[in-house]
Amino acid sequence: MKVIKIDKKDWTGGIKKIQDSYRLFGPVKGEKFHDFKELGKGELPDLNFSNTRLSPKSIVYPQSEIMFEYSLDEKDSDHHIMKDAAKNYSPRAVLGIRPCDASAFLLVKRNFDTPEYRDPYWIRAYEATTFIGAACNNPCSTCFCTTAGSGPFNEEGLDILLSDAGDCWYAKAITEKGEKLLNAAGWSKAAAGGSLKKIESLKKEAEARISSSILTDQLKNKKTTELYEAPFWEDVSFACINCGTCTYLCPTCWCFDIQDENSGCSGVRMKNWDSCMFPLFTNHGTGHNPRGTKLHRVRQRFMHKLKYYVDKYDNGIQCVGCGRCIRSCPVNIDIRRVCDMMNSYDPKACACPVK
Amino acid sequence: MLGYIDKIREISKRLLDEGRVDMVIGFRKGTMPMMNEPAFVKTPGEVSTLVWDSNCGINLANYLTDRKEKIGVIAKGCDSRNIVTHLLENKTKRDKLVIIGVPCKGMIDRRRITAMFDDEVREVTEEGDVITVKGTGFEKKLKKAEILQDNCSKCIHRNPVLYDELAAPLVEEQKDIDRYADVRLIEAMSPQEKWQYFEDLLSPCIRCYACRNACPLCYCPTCFVDEARPQWVGKSQDPIDIRTFHFLRAYHCAGRCTDCGACERACPVGIKIRQFTSKLNRDCLDMFGWEAGLSLDQRPPLDTFKPGDPGDFIK
Ligand code: SF4
Ligand code: SF4
Ligand code: SF4
Ligand code: SF4
Repeated sequence: MKVIKIDKKDWTGGIKKIQDSYRLFGPVKGEKFHDFKELGKGELPDLNFSNTRLSPKSIVYPQSEIMFEYSLDEKDSDHHIMKDAAKNYSPRAVLGIRPCDASAFLLVKRNFDTPEYRDPYWIRAYEATTFIGAACNNPCSTCFCTTAGSGPFNEEGLDILLSDAGDCWYAKAITEKGEKLLNAAGWSKAAAGGSLKKIESLKKEAEARISSSILTDQLKNKKTTELYEAPFWEDVSFACINCGTCTYLCPTCWCFDIQDENSGCSGVRMKNWDSCMFPLFTNHGTGHNPRGTKLHRVRQRFMHKLKYYVDKYDNGIQCVGCGRCIRSCPVNIDIRRVCDMMNSYDPKACACPVK
Repeated sequence: MLGYIDKIREISKRLLDEGRVDMVIGFRKGTMPMMNEPAFVKTPGEVSTLVWDSNCGINLANYLTDRKEKIGVIAKGCDSRNIVTHLLENKTKRDKLVIIGVPCKGMIDRRRITAMFDDEVREVTEEGDVITVKGTGFEKKLKKAEILQDNCSKCIHRNPVLYDELAAPLVEEQKDIDRYADVRLIEAMSPQEKWQYFEDLLSPCIRCYACRNACPLCYCPTCFVDEARPQWVGKSQDPIDIRTFHFLRAYHCAGRCTDCGACERACPVGIKIRQFTSKLNRDCLDMFGWEAGLSLDQRPPLDTFKPGDPGDFIK
């Protein structure tokens, strides 16, 4: 595995060069917090952050995305015909993505790229993207990535992993895509022997700083119906205001809604993020709503992430432990607590209510 | 306010013991600094999980809407005013409620405190009027009065207006507060400046609707933005739709908003949503001498007509 040493003085120059051949996205500090933005020419990402408020999923999967355009004007020869909207799938790179968020893309891929169905918009955007991760030296108290299948130096889903070694960056090229980007940046100085060891020790230190964890080992063995009927959902869902913050901020939540919007004689068909927390999400044309109460909706969110997904893909939970939903839920509903309740649920022990 | 909790637990236990309520709605300790989670207790044995401190900013009136049980509810000044509003609007019934009033000294502003430090805030404790903030390698004491939520710093109704039990003696109300400085600032702007101001204000909105859902006033079975037949508002990030949502929601709150701050507290991207409702609150005060939720005996100005109502807008 090739490790490149990037002197901090070569940082700015390299970024400029990347922008010659890539659209570059990176974390930028707004008025109140960091978020990913497409960087203007010469604009630098600000890597002095713990993580962004919103996840970077929107770089591949925008909150609103136009798929088709059409004309409703009968004078037009192609009226009422859906035509592909113009798209830009030229190479793009995300610089400074956290390892948890990068691994989230792999998880979403299991849903958007299957032998049966392939979401062309997501796949083409994903394939056009090079992911340059910034390892976390200082995880937050709400990060539990190491027990959610990821980690502060996790390489899965990344093309390059940057580790901050104080006076320089170590850039570990993980894929060919990554090597290509390093070449484009002109970052080519091989790091001295021992760099891998240094990265390994930074990794150990960072992992030791993760103070929060979950247990997921029993989820698979639980009976779906028993978990579904567990008495704790009333308690878990009580505070929830069904706002959807958790799902909008989550790097692994993938649900969307398709809408047509007309303006005058033309229109677009678009996909917009949707959320299982919204009552409208499952509202039927008849007016019946099979998830008619917030208990149904909250249960769905956790059952999907921690049980249905686990059973369907046999590849861990649908969560990478980024902690965003914990930090931003207005009423402090904590997935770690719910996961523990599910993982340790014993229907026999709960047969009678607590007095 | 820490001292209140023993009394709150004692009252709650008594109400449950005597079977006067089926549940008490309050807060349990959160899993993060400066956060508590709204929760219910149904048995006397559970009352020890109830907590009270300066992190109980969520408005609990929101949890009463259309509930059928007999409920004991913990209510600070603003919650009690929203309970009054709920009663006026038939969203709950007086004889179903036992209101445990909490004279409030304000809730602290979690966002502002978080933003004061470069490193993560890992522990926040309070003693009287001193808030101690700790993180890895730092510790700072702050005066509570200086880090209140914006609405709390401007609040003149800290004492509950309606209650059956009281968790502590009433507190002194804040006097000589300039509650509408922000409103005047915006009023003084030119139309272009106002437009720009609101554009900037709303630009980070992701339309999660946390503001709406945290608000006790927003209980419509189907909100106009969720209506599908016909669909009034688009679902994309089109700024027109975002504006439509905010402007209409604000007007739906006119004469009803208690300035509890729950909306702002809930917003994941920190939008100052009260910039809209404050103006409407002030107009209601100026035009009708009205502040929401103070009395059960008066109908709100927007659902009644009085001969003396201002009519200058009819030209
Ligand atoms: S962020 Fe919290 S309150 Fe909002 S929908 Fe998610 S769990 Fe419910
Ligand atoms: S469920 Fe929460 S912690 Fe897990 S990936 Fe989503 S936002 Fe992060
Ligand atoms: S609009 Fe905001 S401040 Fe007013 S009552 Fe609703 S949540 Fe409270
Ligand atoms: S809570 Fe904030 S982001 Fe969500 S809809 Fe309201 S203003 Fe927009």
